[in-house]
Parts: sequence; structure tokens; C-alpha cells
Amino acid sequence: MKKVHVTRLSCSGVAAIVTRLSLGLLVLAGMVSLVAGPARAAGAPPSAAPPPLEQALAQIPSEDDAVREAALRVVIEQGDSTILPRLEEIRANADRSIRLAIKPVIDLLKNRAKLEGPDPDARRSAATDLGTLGKPVAIPWLEQAAAKETYKWVRYTMLESAALLKLSGEDQAAKLGAVNALGDLTSQNAVPALKDIVTAGSGAEATEAQQALANAAGASIERIETWAVWSTAIETLFRGISLSSILLIMSVGLAIIFGLMGVINMAHGELMMVGAYATFMTQELFKAFLPATMFDYYFAVAMPMAFLVAAACGMLLEVTVIRFLYGRPLETMLATWGISLVLMQAARVYFGDLTAVAAPAWLSGGLQVMVGVYLPNNRLFIILLSFLCVMTIYAILFRSGLGLRVRAVTQNRNMSACLGIPTRKVDAYTFAFGSGLAGIAGWALTLVGNVEPGLGQNYIVDSFMVVVTGGVGKLAGTIVASMGIGGLNKLLEPSLGAVYGKVCILVLVILFLQWRPSGLFAIKGRHADS
Amino acid sequence: MLNTREIRNGAPMSDQDSLSQRQTRDIGLTFWVTGFVLLVLMPLLNVLPPEDSWLHLSDFSLNRFGKFLAFAILALGLDLIWGYTGVLSLGQGVFFGLGAYCMGMHLMLTIGKESVYGSDLPDFMVWNQVKELPLFWKPFYSFPLAVLGAMLVPTAFALVFGFLAFRSRIKGVYFAIITQALALVAWLVFNRNETNLGGTNGLTDFKQLLGFRLSEPGTQRALYVLTVLCLGGAYLLCRWITRSRAGRVLIAVRDSEPRVVFSGYTPANYKLFVFVVAAALAGLAGMLYVPQVGIITPAQIGVLPSLEIVIWVAVGGRGTLAGAVLGAVSVNLGRSVLTNYFPELWPFILGGLFVVVVLLFPDGLIGIMRQARERFGQLKAKATALPEEELG
Repeated sequence: MKKVHVTRLSCSGVAAIVTRLSLGLLVLAGMVSLVAGPARAAGAPPSAAPPPLEQALAQIPSEDDAVREAALRVVIEQGDSTILPRLEEIRANADRSIRLAIKPVIDLLKNRAKLEGPDPDARRSAATDLGTLGKPVAIPWLEQAAAKETYKWVRYTMLESAALLKLSGEDQAAKLGAVNALGDLTSQNAVPALKDIVTAGSGAEATEAQQALANAAGASIERIETWAVWSTAIETLFRGISLSSILLIMSVGLAIIFGLMGVINMAHGELMMVGAYATFMTQELFKAFLPATMFDYYFAVAMPMAFLVAAACGMLLEVTVIRFLYGRPLETMLATWGISLVLMQAARVYFGDLTAVAAPAWLSGGLQVMVGVYLPNNRLFIILLSFLCVMTIYAILFRSGLGLRVRAVTQNRNMSACLGIPTRKVDAYTFAFGSGLAGIAGWALTLVGNVEPGLGQNYIVDSFMVVVTGGVGKLAGTIVASMGIGGLNKLLEPSLGAVYGKVCILVLVILFLQWRPSGLFAIKGRHADS
Repeated sequence: MLNTREIRNGAPMSDQDSLSQRQTRDIGLTFWVTGFVLLVLMPLLNVLPPEDSWLHLSDFSLNRFGKFLAFAILALGLDLIWGYTGVLSLGQGVFFGLGAYCMGMHLMLTIGKESVYGSDLPDFMVWNQVKELPLFWKPFYSFPLAVLGAMLVPTAFALVFGFLAFRSRIKGVYFAIITQALALVAWLVFNRNETNLGGTNGLTDFKQLLGFRLSEPGTQRALYVLTVLCLGGAYLLCRWITRSRAGRVLIAVRDSEPRVVFSGYTPANYKLFVFVVAAALAGLAGMLYVPQVGIITPAQIGVLPSLEIVIWVAVGGRGTLAGAVLGAVSVNLGRSVLTNYFPELWPFILGGLFVVVVLLFPDGLIGIMRQARERFGQLKAKATALPEEELG
């Protein structure tokens, strides 16, 4: 802190001297050193009289362009963020041409100050801005900052910006170095500039140096584009996995219920909505009753809330409706669809159409794994969550008494009943558990979208398809099917568009069912029905 | 285990052989009475009494009733496939939409230069900067081809879809899900602008049909009469199908498909047949719907509209043709009255209907009527008779 302060003072001192020399306005410069010093020390309130240095800068441009340019150059080279308020003030009072001239200076100085700031994201965006401003003076700043930088991707952006700035310079050797450096960095942003160099070098009157540069640029472009193919592939893969995990979280509860009772719960989407609204309510309660420092914990608290509320709704649904429709899967579908309509409208009437949940700070932002591939934290979280969910479900199904009973009833209901398993109870608990899973899915979905009454409808048909394609009785089928459908969705989307991608998937599912009419993993038995 | 319950619903139906002569005459009577009311009395009440008379039926009411009767044709189709054959199709709205769009395209083309932009092309194409009429629109200049298309396009589509679905023995919940996905996908596709079907706004602003102005009450009256006649025809067709030997196989498929297989039949062929007939009826309904309502949008063919058809049939009484007609008319009548006064309440009522009908009244209105009859000890001899006779 102290060190920075000292540098600043000496900088401004030098600025004052150079200004004096280059402008030759000794009187005014004297006023700079006299007035600017104390004003700066006092924290430079904007309302104080403009210090003479900036006054000079503001006055001179109105007389002579060359003088103005020189003055601005000096300000750029020697100035720092402390003179920004005064520059702003001059800008506010000046006419248009001067405003235009001062604007880039302000931007440069601002971003230079940000390069040394404590926040890596701010440093990175400052580096990007400096690159697009196109002022070669920024090259040494960026290189110095990059040398000190500890964060890999911030350093990457600094070097990229520096190289981009070098491209627009005059020095052939530096340009060649920059072209190669950009190739090494596989910088997507550099492709247009590099293409310009290639066209400049391919002309008939191109000099030898230009041609050499063009060749190097061509090689760099090729490297960048190869890399881009890979990074797009990886990003598509990630998006596919992300969608798949959303589908998986949504359909796994559905699939367990379907496997056990042979009914598709059409209100599953609305149970998700219930989970999402439970999350929203938890957030509101935290806002209302707990200090702001606790706010980020609401999301963790909301998870059991979402699970319990949705499970309770599911239990209620089972006891009041579904219990009476056993053995009639189509009727159950219709009744649960009716319930979904009622729930959706109830949410619409009570909550209104749009409410959003603020993701906690630790889930915003993302992770850059390689050049051009950025993975948002909320998506990563959902992938992790779906993995954990599946693990938990496996643990429950294969390591607990309830799981054993569930598996027994799934395989042969009548035989299980004969052996003393309370099948109705197992049904009720499983239905509640599956509904709770829907609640967790709703909780997770608040991270990627708004909380709205139609939330459940967005993916629900897709997750029905997952269940049907996966088949009953084995969780593996659901996992594979959600991977397949989610992955295909994202794979087809870039080339066919979202709608025709869906058409394509429906056709594929129908064709798939030609081959496996009861899904990937059907329970083998000797029923005449199957 | 699953089938024993369903037999309960089907039991009255399988007693067809026990019909006596008198019962057959009764069926005829109710049919003719209903036909007379719909075909003669209602248009007369529209035309004859002065407008302030309490007997007068407004143009609007008649037109609205025409729409309900078009829906009734749609419901008859669904009743064939769901009520009689036990195959729940949640994509019936798609076939309705195909028929409606075929007729809508013809009506769109007959607007001609009367359109807002004064172009030969439909307005939305001018909007979307389509320069030339797409090839698949061209046949719809001709009215006969449009009518043919409205019947054949859904039929052909159902033939392909049904063939694939039934051949691989997709059934029950699986079939319902697949058809629901079909409805979703169709909705998505019809919403797109580049399919040149009007996008979200659909086809609308029709002016004339075969030279008759659609805004004229007379034209609408004629369309109403046509709808009644088509409904009558569709009813008789369904009646004939369900009473034929094939109809008995359909009911048998519903009650126990494995036994039908063991008896040497191929259920897939019967299901495909009835699925195609249902699609053709849906196409016919859509064709009649469009000129009466004056608009067709993708919102009519999505997941929810397709499901609503099911609730019409369920409310009226599945497995009875009269029930399908009664359900379609009464639910839609209730809907248009209630959405007028309590717009926020309708989804609750619709949802509640799904639950209540399925849980408490599996035989719908027809079932309630039958129970009431039994309770009052009237017509004791008919306690086990066919449900169709109630309304005829």
C-alpha cells in the first residue's frame, strides 16, 4: 500500500517536470507543482479548482492539435488513476472534439489502474479493454502486469492483448513475434487481425517482409482453427453432459416410480416447480429474518426444504389419488395431469408469473479449463449433483431395507406381497421419495432459469422420453437414456436448430423403440403382456 | 391383474348380442330426435323468431355450437381409439391441426388481393419476405384438393406413425408418451416461421369460401348444418365400426390384448385401422372448425389441447359414442361460459375434472345417467343395456 503511494507521488512529479519541458509553459507548470501537490494530498475533491496541469491540457488543445497530442501523450505516459477525476472534469466542460480526444486517455488510465487491482476478473477485463483500445503505449503495461500475474487466465488475456497491440504497430520483428505468440496462445480474438495480415501479404505488390509475416500468420490461423474445432467439440460435449444431468435429475424420480408402480406421474414437473418455489420461499425468509451475512447459506438450507415439501406433496398425492388407481396406468396419467394443471394455476395465482432466485455467490462465475472453453459453475454444480443423486439412490436401493423391498416389489409385486412385504406402504414411501427427488431437481433448476409456474413443463416431455427409452426396472437405463437424449439434443442443435433437433430425436426414439419396444433395459419375464 | 379392472368398464359393451328389437328401435329414436334438434330446430330458432324474443338463438351462439359439434367429431375419433380400443393417444390434436391447416391454407389463398398488403401471397409471407408461394401451398388453390388433403394428410401421417408404433408393440403408457412427444414436436414445428405456416400467429383473416363470404350469417348457418351432417355421418360410421366384428376385436384388445393374440388375431392391424380412422375424423373436425372459427394457430395442436380432447371423452363417458359427443359439447360449453366470468378459475376446473372423473365417475355423464336410471327403478329391463341408447 505504502509503496504504491510513493510511486504515485513520484510519477506525478515526473509528469509535472516533463509537462513543463515539453510544453514550455513554465508559468503554468509552476502552478501545477504548487497547486497539484496539496490538492492531491487532500484527496482531490472534484469541486476544487482544476489543477494547472490539467488546465493546461484543457486549454492547449483548443489552440493547436500538435500541442494537444503531445500533452495527452504525456498524460498517458506519466499519469495514473489519481488524475482521473480531474480529467473527467475537464472532459465534462470541454467541447466535443476535446472530449473525443480525452476519452481514450481516460480509458487507458482507468484500465491501467485496474490492471493492478486486487480483483482478478477486473484485471482480466481491463486487459481485454486495453487490447481493444489499440494504443501501443499499453504494451509495456500489459507485459509488466503479466510478469507479475499469478492467475493463469488473467495472464493469458494480458499476453493476448499485448500481442494484439503489437500487431497494429510498425516494428516488423515485433509483429512477427506477436503473430507467432498469438498462434501459441491459440487466440480466437486474433483471427480477424491475422486474416488481414494474410490478405495484405498475398497482394502482388507485397514486400518480402509482408509475405514472411503473412506466412507466419497463415500458420498461426491454422493452429488457432484446429484448436477451435477441439474447443467447440469439448464445449458441445460439456453442454450435452450438462443437459443430460438435468434430464437425469428430473427423470430419475420419475423412473423409480414408473418402475415400481407402472405409472407415469404427469405432475412430476409440477413437483419440481414446488421444489423451486420452496427454494424461493427459503430465500425470501432469509431475506426477511436473517442478517445479510447469512444470505449465502440459504441455498444449502433450501435443499432439504425443497426435498421435504415436494415429498410431502407427493405423499399427499399418493394417499388421495394414486392409491385408488393402481393397475390403471392410463387413468393415473390423466388424474396426475389434472393435478399438474391445478398446481400450475395455483402457483400462477399465488406467486405471479415470474420470480427469480439469486444464485449464491459461490455458484456464480465459472471455470476456464482451456482456451475458449469456459464452464459455468452452476452447470458444473448440477452435473455434480446429478452424480451425487444417482450415488445416493444406488445406496438406498441396494444398501437399505427399503431399497430391498422396493426392488422386490418392482420385480414381482404379487410374490412380494405373499412374502409379507407391505406393498402399499412401499409404494407410498417410494412415491414420496421420487417426488422429493423432483423437489431437488426443482431446487437445482433455479440455478439455470427463472422460477415460474411453467418451470416443470420445460423439460418434462423430454424426461418422459428418457423414462420410456430407458425402460423400467433398472436405473442404468435411465442414466444411459438421459445421456443419449441430452447429448444428441446438444449435438444436433448447432446443425439443425433446437426444433428440428427435437424432431430428429423423436424420430430416433420411435425407431429405437422398433428395436427395443420396452426400452433399453426391460425386465425379462414370462408375462404375456410384455 | 391390470385387465380385470378394465373389464369392468367394458362389460356393458360386450353384451351387444343381448340387444332386443325394441332397444334397437329406441336407439334410432334418440338419434333422430337429437338430429332433429341440432339440424332443424336450432337453425330455425336462429332464423325465425325476432331478435329480442327469448326463443331467438343468436348467430354467435349458433356459430359457437357449430364449433363444439366439430370438436364432437374429434372426440368421436378419440373415443374409438381410447374408449373402445384402450390405446390412449395424447397426440390427437396434431391430426386435428393437420386437417385444419389444410383447410386454412385454402382459405388463405382465396383471400387473394383482399389481404392487408394487397398481395397474392398470404400476409404473413409478405411479412416474412417470402417472394414466391412455396410449392406445397400450390395444390390448396383448389377446393376439392384442399378437402382431400384435409382428410388424407392426417390419414397418411397416422398410417406411418401408427404402423411404426403398433408394429413394434408400443402400447399403454409408452404409446401415450410417444404421442405426447409428437404433439410437442408438432407444436414446435408449426410455430416456426420458416415452415411457411404462419408461425405463432397461425392462419387467419379468412374472407370467403367457394365465393360465399364467411362473415355472412347465412354462410355460417350453412357451415353449421354441414357440421351437424358430418357429425351424424361420423357417428353412424363409428357405430357401424364398433358394432361390426372388427369392433368386437377392438373391445377385446382393450380388455385383454394377450388373449386376442392367442385367439389368432393381430391386434396391431386393428389398432392401426382404428388409429387411422380416428385421425381422419380429427382431420374432418379440423376442416370444419377453421371456417367457423376463422383462425387456426399452433396453440390448438399442442400438448394441452390434445389432452383436453381426452377429458371431453372422459367426462362424457368413454367407450360410448354418445358420451364422446355429449362430453365434447358440455365441457366446451362449460369452458366458454366459465372463462367468460372467471378466467382464472378454468384451469382449476379442468384439472379438477381430470381427477374427479377418473376417480369417481369412470363412466362419465353417461354412466351417471345410467346409475340414476337404475336407481329410480325405471326401465328395469335395460339395466344392462348398451350405453349408446341413452342419447342415441
